[in-house]
Amino acid sequence: MNFLTALIAGVLFGAGLLLSGMTNPATVLSFLDITGAWNPALALTMGGAIAVAAPAFALMRRRGQTLTGERVDLPDRTRIDAPLLVGSALFGLGWGLAGICPGPGLIQLTGLGLHAVVFVAAMAVGMLLSGFAKPRPR
Amino acid sequence: MNPLLQSLVGGLLIGAGSAVLLLANGRVAGISGIAENVLKGAVGEQGWRAAFLIGLILPAAVLGLGPVQQAGGPVLLAVAGLLVGFGTRLGSGCTSGHGVCGLANLSRRSLVATLTFMAVAMLTVYVVRHGWSS
Repeated sequence: MNFLTALIAGVLFGAGLLLSGMTNPATVLSFLDITGAWNPALALTMGGAIAVAAPAFALMRRRGQTLTGERVDLPDRTRIDAPLLVGSALFGLGWGLAGICPGPGLIQLTGLGLHAVVFVAAMAVGMLLSGFAKPRPR
Repeated sequence: MNPLLQSLVGGLLIGAGSAVLLLANGRVAGISGIAENVLKGAVGEQGWRAAFLIGLILPAAVLGLGPVQQAGGPVLLAVAGLLVGFGTRLGSGCTSGHGVCGLANLSRRSLVATLTFMAVAMLTVYVVRHGWSS
């Protein structure tokens, strides 16, 4: 069941990114260009996504277990620390340069273009390098 | 479909995907975290992480990717990719994990992260497109 429900969740998520235009860097950059020809459409995407997900999170926080009785794995950290701020700022810099965040980057691989392959390969290297900056217990 | 309606319905689908993964698997749909784990071979129980990523790219693989207008050449994308990969993992989340799931979970950390990466991304686009002086 875990495999199937995760597959369905991925399909819904991927269809949403595709339909909203998040997979086109030009659309994302026009959303981020607030002093230029600003295209606010992606604010609807974000708002719509949060509006649908929020009740599910509220329910799972209260229940503490999934609909099939499994453990709910929610982050429990609350501290605003340097890795959170520095990491988010570096991500923002990369996102602002290319207009691609991780999900759309992976989806762009289906076009088999050189740009997408380069982006995702570099993203993978960046993820592995982050382990040196942030030693995490496993 | 009206472009604004399309953006909204896209968002509803993203929210639905996040809700399904949480309600059925008890997991947060944070794509950077899922990708990093799969990269390290940690596909999760019954391969749920791999399944989510396969599902994620399936609609584009079947229906076609649609328009993709890149912001620059391979060098720019390599630099941006490094920053996105490093930054999302150092900051424990990206647009999906912090921006959608974290905010939906009313997390203060995710609110701070989202405001930070949105502000820096907007500033970056401003500098690239309009320069420091204009």
